[in-house]
Amino acid sequence: MENISFYVDDKEVIIDVDPSTRLLDVLRIKLHITGVKEGCGEGACGACSVIVDGVCYDSCLTPVANVIGKHIITIEGFRNTSQYRIIADAFADFGASQCGFCTPGMILNTYALLKNNPHPTEEEVRVALSGNLCRCTGYNAIVKAILDIAENGGDIEW
Amino acid sequence: MPSNFKNSTVKIDNEEKMAGLALFTDDLPAKDFLWCRPLRSNIACGRIRSINIPKLPKGYYYIDARDIVKENVVNIIFSDWPVFADRRVNYYGETIGLLIGPDKEVLEELARMSQVNYDEETPEYELVNSQIHKEFKKGDFEAVTKDYDYTLTETFETGYQEQAYLETQGMIMWLDGDKITIKASMQCPFYIKNAVVRTLGCDPEKVRVIQPAVGGAFGGKEHYPSMMAAQMATAIVKIKKPLKMIFDRGEDLMYTTKRHPSRTTYEGYIKDGKLVGVKAHVRLNGGAYKGCSGVVLSRALIAVIDCYNVPNLDITGDVYITNTMPTAAFRGFGSPQTIFAFEMFIEHIAKKAGFDPVEFKLNHLVEKGMVTAVSGKFHDDIILPELVERAMEMSDFKRKYKEYSQPGSNRGIGLSTFLHGCGFTGSGESTIINAQLKLTKDENDIVHLYTSQVDFGQGNRTTLKKVVSNTLGIPEEQVTHEAPDTDHTLSTGPTAASRTMIIVGYLCEKAAKHLKEIWKPGEYQEWIEPYVGPDYIHWDEDTMQGDAYPGYAWGVNVIEVSFDPITYQIKIEGCWSTYDVGHAIDDRIVIGQADGGLAQAIGYGYLENMEVAEGRFRQKTLSDYIVPTAVDLPMMETELIDNLFAYGASGAKGCGELTFVGGAPALGHAIEMAIKHDIHKIPANPEYLMEVIEHGKY
Repeated sequence: MENISFYVDDKEVIIDVDPSTRLLDVLRIKLHITGVKEGCGEGACGACSVIVDGVCYDSCLTPVANVIGKHIITIEGFRNTSQYRIIADAFADFGASQCGFCTPGMILNTYALLKNNPHPTEEEVRVALSGNLCRCTGYNAIVKAILDIAENGGDIEW
Repeated sequence: MPSNFKNSTVKIDNEEKMAGLALFTDDLPAKDFLWCRPLRSNIACGRIRSINIPKLPKGYYYIDARDIVKENVVNIIFSDWPVFADRRVNYYGETIGLLIGPDKEVLEELARMSQVNYDEETPEYELVNSQIHKEFKKGDFEAVTKDYDYTLTETFETGYQEQAYLETQGMIMWLDGDKITIKASMQCPFYIKNAVVRTLGCDPEKVRVIQPAVGGAFGGKEHYPSMMAAQMATAIVKIKKPLKMIFDRGEDLMYTTKRHPSRTTYEGYIKDGKLVGVKAHVRLNGGAYKGCSGVVLSRALIAVIDCYNVPNLDITGDVYITNTMPTAAFRGFGSPQTIFAFEMFIEHIAKKAGFDPVEFKLNHLVEKGMVTAVSGKFHDDIILPELVERAMEMSDFKRKYKEYSQPGSNRGIGLSTFLHGCGFTGSGESTIINAQLKLTKDENDIVHLYTSQVDFGQGNRTTLKKVVSNTLGIPEEQVTHEAPDTDHTLSTGPTAASRTMIIVGYLCEKAAKHLKEIWKPGEYQEWIEPYVGPDYIHWDEDTMQGDAYPGYAWGVNVIEVSFDPITYQIKIEGCWSTYDVGHAIDDRIVIGQADGGLAQAIGYGYLENMEVAEGRFRQKTLSDYIVPTAVDLPMMETELIDNLFAYGASGAKGCGELTFVGGAPALGHAIEMAIKHDIHKIPANPEYLMEVIEHGKY
């Protein structure tokens, strides 16, 4: 066990934990951030996606030692931003969330995509989402929602 | 908002799910709960000689069949599945007992140290031991076999399919006084309640089931949570401490129920350009226990000639018991297996007899007033020709069909037409389920709708509420519809069988009409509406004769693929669908079902491979059980055409399963055109296609 510090949703976190602990467990169990979901525990589904210094990570595959000093964005911080509102409104319009279990991870990955590439093509959207499984929507509404933002979102500050 | 969603409203639970605020079972605050860890059989078949559990640390428990309070059965349609294996095990992974305690890692260690000694028996994995047999005839099949122009016999196979809901199975249970209270990832709160009542033999008042947010189900949470509840309830009456059991993905993949693998043989006879007779034998692998397999077989047999008219039939079907994980409910419930097989068969026999396969099958579409496979009647209007025409226009089918049929095209397009019976089989809704719906109005004129329908993504919390507000002519905000709590709602039946809109939606509409009639502003009022179905529906389950369903929904799928002759990979290039769901209460929600159902069906058709070796599933993770990702699918286009149903809310029928059943055959036809060979098996993965192309294997 050792003291590990990093930032979660703009707040500094210092915890005493085995450095090999999964970031997912630290977020869900220690910090009670249950908006981060566990779908598979092996990096296949993306339900546990968080953003670490601007890059989308599977928190189930990330030992907490790998995020020392880094800034993590989870859905619980991201949901208070104007960027969240834009993505969430488009998701609502197109019906991109059904059971909702994949949705927080899907939204964070969408944000990571649009931050890097505000006007992606359909192909680029599909490749970017290929690590986030959704069993309800067939991805149709999700891809359409993102393309709608890309097309009609103008010059949003991502 | 997209312009075709004119009648759509944002789902009640949409924002909380997107924002990560919705609490799924494992998210619920659970202080001082003890974890339950199943001790599972590590052989496929044998007698249990002894169970040696290591000395348990303080605060740890072990519960098994010896602790059963009343009955060691899980209350499923046919109750042969024990809560805990009792003196023998019948499949690899069968639960023998529960290890219970505060630390998961300690439980793992205890499970590793536990020893179960068996007298092993030879397991049966082949389809030889039929435990359920059904059969029916129509017309005079024997006569057809004596006078025909062409005959063909073929066998088709379909594989296991895993539901792969993103949230795994999970349940928490605690005592509220002497009342057992349960929250779980589920489809059917009253199934869970009844399972606990049955195994404990307790007063139904002492069990309460509440639904939290549920992350997908697709049939996989119809029966399995009853098993978990019965096991945990046995433990909780003894330990009297709060319990929690959450499966990790590996456990969920290996030890929960799947879609029935099938092998179906068709023998068809053509005379004067018509398919005049079909003999079929449908074989389903039920796994180690019957459970709901008898009903799955019924529904497979009722759909045995899909939506085509064949006057003479000789149909048999069997469920075989094998020493493998029991199979159970999954979107479609038997019909995807036979609809795939028959769609392939009717095109094969037409082609081999010298007809254009698509034209041939469209010449056999059923029409209103015709006799069904099981000698009932199609009572309602059928708009299949309209659905076909529109799907062909949307997909530019005729041009592509001609072009891709040319040698070397490496491209294909396929069209399937299909039906799906909505609601429980036959008169089951009136005779078995007997749904009752409660609607109240408080002093502030807020209307409260109570159903036992679980919203695991389909949007029915929203659509049922819309039925009530539309009928009453009040704003949606004036109606509440909370997730089910068995202490607050009557049973409106399980969330299964595409019955939510056609049955419960209809109940909502009738109850709201009655409330409107007696409406007194500012007063508390209550109305209870019992389900009364169409009186012309009569069904005999023993003889498999009569009207099989209260109503049918219809659909057409067109799928276009390309084929890479080097890698044998199939790529989905386009999907177009038309559906008659009666009337969509919310277009966006129905289109969402259509997209998701078809995606899951496409996975079933070419990607999702699950195999059993020595009684164990070889696929143990989502990295080796492959479900479609965003790059595997193209944009799907769907249109709905209204065809109002007299016994549905605003004319609505069902749509959840309908959108699944036609995907695999449309894909199958497209693959055949692209590879220029017939296929007889799904999933049609590259390994299988290579066998077909290189070695001419089926």
